[in-house]
Amino acid sequence: MSTLSTAQEHDEHHDHKPKGMMRWILTTNHKDIGSMYLIFSFAMFLIGGAMAMVIRAELYQPGLQIVEPNFFNQMTTVHGLIMVFGAVMPAFTGLANWLIPMMIGAPDMALPRMNNWSFWILPMAFAILLSSLFMEGGGPNFGWTFYAPLSTTYAPDSTALFVFSVHIMGISSILGAINVVVTIINMRAPGMTYMKMPLFVWTWLITAFLLIAVMPVLAATVTMVLTDKYFATSFFSAAGGGDPVLFQHIFWFFGHPEVYIMILPSFGIISAIVPAFSRKKLFGYSSMVYATASIALLSFIVWAHHMFTTGMPVAAELFFMYCTMLISVPTGVKVFNWVATMWRGSMTFETPMLFAIAFIVLFTIGGFSGLMLAITPADFQYHDTYFVVAHFHYVLVTGAIFSIMAAAYYWLPKWTGYMYDEKLGKLHFWASLISVNVLFFPMHFLGLAGMPRRVPDYALQFADFNQLVSLGGFAFGVSQLIFLVVVIKCARGGEKAPAKPWEGAEGLEWDMPSPAPYHSHTTPPEVK
Amino acid sequence: MEQQTTNYYVPAQSHWPIVGAVGLLFIAIGAGMTVQQMTSEATSGSWLLTIGIVIILYMMFGWFNDVIKESDAGLYSAQMDRSFRQGMSWFIFSEVMFFAAFFGALFYVRMIAIPWLGGASNNEMTGQVLWPNFEAIWPLVTTPAGDTTQAMGWQGLPLYNTVILLISSITLHFAHVGLEQNKRKQLTAFLTITVVLGVVFLFLQAEEYVHAYREMGLTLSAGVYGNTFFLLTGFHGLHVTIGTLMLFVMLIRVIKGHFSPERHFAFQATSWYWHFVDVVWLGLFFFVYVI
Repeated sequence: MSTLSTAQEHDEHHDHKPKGMMRWILTTNHKDIGSMYLIFSFAMFLIGGAMAMVIRAELYQPGLQIVEPNFFNQMTTVHGLIMVFGAVMPAFTGLANWLIPMMIGAPDMALPRMNNWSFWILPMAFAILLSSLFMEGGGPNFGWTFYAPLSTTYAPDSTALFVFSVHIMGISSILGAINVVVTIINMRAPGMTYMKMPLFVWTWLITAFLLIAVMPVLAATVTMVLTDKYFATSFFSAAGGGDPVLFQHIFWFFGHPEVYIMILPSFGIISAIVPAFSRKKLFGYSSMVYATASIALLSFIVWAHHMFTTGMPVAAELFFMYCTMLISVPTGVKVFNWVATMWRGSMTFETPMLFAIAFIVLFTIGGFSGLMLAITPADFQYHDTYFVVAHFHYVLVTGAIFSIMAAAYYWLPKWTGYMYDEKLGKLHFWASLISVNVLFFPMHFLGLAGMPRRVPDYALQFADFNQLVSLGGFAFGVSQLIFLVVVIKCARGGEKAPAKPWEGAEGLEWDMPSPAPYHSHTTPPEVK
Repeated sequence: MEQQTTNYYVPAQSHWPIVGAVGLLFIAIGAGMTVQQMTSEATSGSWLLTIGIVIILYMMFGWFNDVIKESDAGLYSAQMDRSFRQGMSWFIFSEVMFFAAFFGALFYVRMIAIPWLGGASNNEMTGQVLWPNFEAIWPLVTTPAGDTTQAMGWQGLPLYNTVILLISSITLHFAHVGLEQNKRKQLTAFLTITVVLGVVFLFLQAEEYVHAYREMGLTLSAGVYGNTFFLLTGFHGLHVTIGTLMLFVMLIRVIKGHFSPERHFAFQATSWYWHFVDVVWLGLFFFVYVI
């Protein structure tokens, strides 16, 4: 420790940060950029969440009472787009920026200026997307999946702006992902071999590969939507020789790997937190790496399980069904390893660990409902019902978002230099855990009973459960404000955090003082 | 002129990223409004788009200028050079995936959508009820709705263009060899030839488009054959345009005496990009024109 602290003083001596607004706008520092990503993502989480509140308020009782159906459609669409591209993905990119250079012993990201560019494109893209809501004819109302012909023949005039805002979001993601891949491949400290990298780094390496592979496909998809709507092409129109189902094929070729883009970094986070609070090494490190890679590879050949009801030949339905079910094998390996890590561990239950354990249980529920949806004949019943909504909210909210919350609590002391308020953190956890299940669990039953998704009104027999769901929704929304309070409190002060606040934590980032110095490893550390 | 360091260079603050982000904001809004205003008299969109493009060009000029200065000052290590190279390789991979999506659409339409519209697989009734007279052939010269067009042959201009691009890849390689062996005359000469070939390709491509529109009735809106034809060749043409501009900038830098046998990342990256564009064309030539 003593040699380290002299090194720290030396570092802090060089720690003159630029001041004021311009520090953030012109920065090339991975920590500044990481913070901006995280703050942006939380702001988007609140905006997208507010839209979810509108949706749940309208669905509180049958009939139309608060919003017009067209506005309701805009809310479901933009809620989805914001949560996927504005909240979950930037949160992971923010964590990657903050943590990867510290974890692999690098001075910064490989291409620091490009890093800042990737971030600043995002606020621009979302400014365009959100302002299109206020245009004549309204904003995007075709669902976040923008199926043709809803996004072509029947789309509002603002669709062109939606298309170009997705284009620049894509540029941002691709540049960000290139930066992550190059950083991990090229910037590791001497001795940091691939199989010594923390799993968060591994999962992000694979995620970044997926991003570079599929974001261009999304760009091509929106381009074809643009030409179909404005330039009279007929990619997705049978009258000109195209096919609306073609849209779904191309979209989901992007969309399914995208799903894993939003969950693989979570696996990395959980694989850091569970061992730390079990005070044991992670069980089956290498199998975790191989499982992540297998999930990523399989993600390219399962896309049509979103399209079982489009009338594909039976052979295709069977192929996609079996490939999809195959994914549960590597996913099962992961869940097994986390549980095995906890087995006979000396466990404590601080807030990050609570979120991590909730992740394991609730993500597994989401995984099981995914397995149910993968079964072609059963999917004919579940398709486009609230069962699907329940499924993907279990994997994305109690999965991705819970893991992001866990990560935030786990690394907050490293970022701010102060311990967060454990009592408030636990309150946030329990409030979220209870409300999120009241919110999403009854949706399974609504779906099985036949309630379709994306409707502003519904049949009377669904009223009770919808009321319950809405109440859970409001409670979950309010609970997230506790998190805001915790973070602000922690950033402003509190109990000083030691370099390694968690007894069982492992990794190079804990060798640095808290808060981490402005510049990470200016000379690469030796990794044994 | 330059000594190499072993430290990884982390640049201080830079205003180019925010300039670039603002440029993209203008481009996205401008392009969106231009498309929306196609049927009206308004031109505000195209103005915004132009401003955006100018900002991006300004950013590229300034940003690359900074990078060249830093490189000449010896601030970059061998590790930095690897970062640049890997970054460019992954960027080209993302471009490959962009074209892959359009090729995927082409294959899907040819192998699945059109045969099904003609009644193949279990779609007998679709064919009979919706468009009984529809004939499932490729190139699709008559759409189900009855619009007609003509198919573009592969002889003539497309074949010339194939030869031109293949030769340009070879001349660029010779230019690169000249650079590595420090034969500056060979470098300048072959690079100039490559730029000229790129311009000739674009000129012939424009000729072909004019011919298609004026004489063949093959337009962007001429059914899915025209759609795939113009989007694939159009995006390829856009990439050739960008590639030619990049080569032209390299030529100017070569004439100004930039690059050494050991250090010429920008030249290398441009060359990779050009070879990639060439390979895409080969795919296009076979799957769009010949087969």
